[in-house]
Amino acid sequence: MSIGRELADGSFEQLAMPHFERLYNFACWLTHDQQEAEDLVQETYAKALKGFPSFRPGTNFRAWIYKILRNAFLTSRTGLKAAATVPLDLEGEDEILPAFKETPESILLQHSDGQLVQQALEQLPVAYREILLLCEVEEMSYQEIAATLAIPMGTVMSRLSRARKTLRNCLRAQFQKG
Amino acid sequence: MVCESWKTKLDTYLDGELPEQEMRTFDAHVRNCHDCAADVLSRVQMKRAIQGAGRRFTPSIEFLRQVQNSIAPKLRRNLFPGWVFAAAAVIVLVVGTLTLTYVRTRSSRDQVYSEIADLHVATLASSSPVDVISTDRHTVKPWFQGKIPFAFNLPELQNSAFSLLGGRMTYLDQTPGAHLIYDVRRHHISVFVFQERSLSAKLDGNALAPAKLPFNMETWSQGGLRYFVIGDASIADLDSLAKLFKAAS
Repeated sequence: MSIGRELADGSFEQLAMPHFERLYNFACWLTHDQQEAEDLVQETYAKALKGFPSFRPGTNFRAWIYKILRNAFLTSRTGLKAAATVPLDLEGEDEILPAFKETPESILLQHSDGQLVQQALEQLPVAYREILLLCEVEEMSYQEIAATLAIPMGTVMSRLSRARKTLRNCLRAQFQKG
Repeated sequence: MVCESWKTKLDTYLDGELPEQEMRTFDAHVRNCHDCAADVLSRVQMKRAIQGAGRRFTPSIEFLRQVQNSIAPKLRRNLFPGWVFAAAAVIVLVVGTLTLTYVRTRSSRDQVYSEIADLHVATLASSSPVDVISTDRHTVKPWFQGKIPFAFNLPELQNSAFSLLGGRMTYLDQTPGAHLIYDVRRHHISVFVFQERSLSAKLDGNALAPAKLPFNMETWSQGGLRYFVIGDASIADLDSLAKLFKAAS
């Protein structure tokens, strides 16, 4: 193994491991299964290490490795099944959302322990769930999200808007049940 | 500015994705618009709720180590797996043993050759190089009886260029042997005879002397005896004398 390759390996570890916990969390949200999430993360790191020579230094490593994980997920059995259940109107025309004033569910949010939101996130189609997690949990910019999901910036904004609306509807439905 | 025109941009504003100028304008608007401020507050609560709920799963230490090990620099671990090191160790051991054996054998053999050369030189330099002075092999051979633990034959030198000068007892490796001195065209040749089994050094069946030896030499084993023929005569002369001895034995 050449010295250059050893240095590249060292750089990969330094770049990749800080994202480990977040990637695992993201994988769990995608798969809903701990073992499957571990397999997905393991596969992601293996593929990323193998493909690291093609990674261009100076570009966004986080978006690059999240994209690898997401692609690995989409080709898994769970991912294929999830993709098949995406709502038909997912990428439809953007709509103007109503103002989100203080509502029963917003009051509920202030007093809940997060379990309701977790349940609502779990109910979301994977396309909505992943973009919400990338935006709110990973705090990615729209540009990073676009790179990770391989979609245009406009689609990022419209999909995020629909994901938020769907989440609020889920919360509202839970509040009404309760 | 009509508030409804901002409603569609609330999330983008809270995500920090509006252009810088528009962000500043929105900031000013929210500070003065209670309706929009209430919307912002509600959406911020939602964002925080999602953040809190979304950070839910934590990997185990075991899994962390598993991934770390899988991506750790492979160095020579993959290129040279354990069996390669084991095989290399065996090869090194075998080669080392063979080399050591060869070096020891060679060293021992060279030491014998060196001692033979020393005996040859020391005898010729002596004021009395032979203890039995005779050109007759029937006189010289009996002289050794009772002095050395073996018997040997001396060749008939008639019709040859060689002449026997005499003989003496000698020792090599603390083993007694016969030392005979011959003359050929004014060159002195020593012939040493020892019991093969008494010599500790492993010598080739038949061999010439190593190149670094200042004399020509030939050695062979025959009838349990080890013969050395050494001198400053030509190799051809030494070989001729050796053949005479071989024929006589």
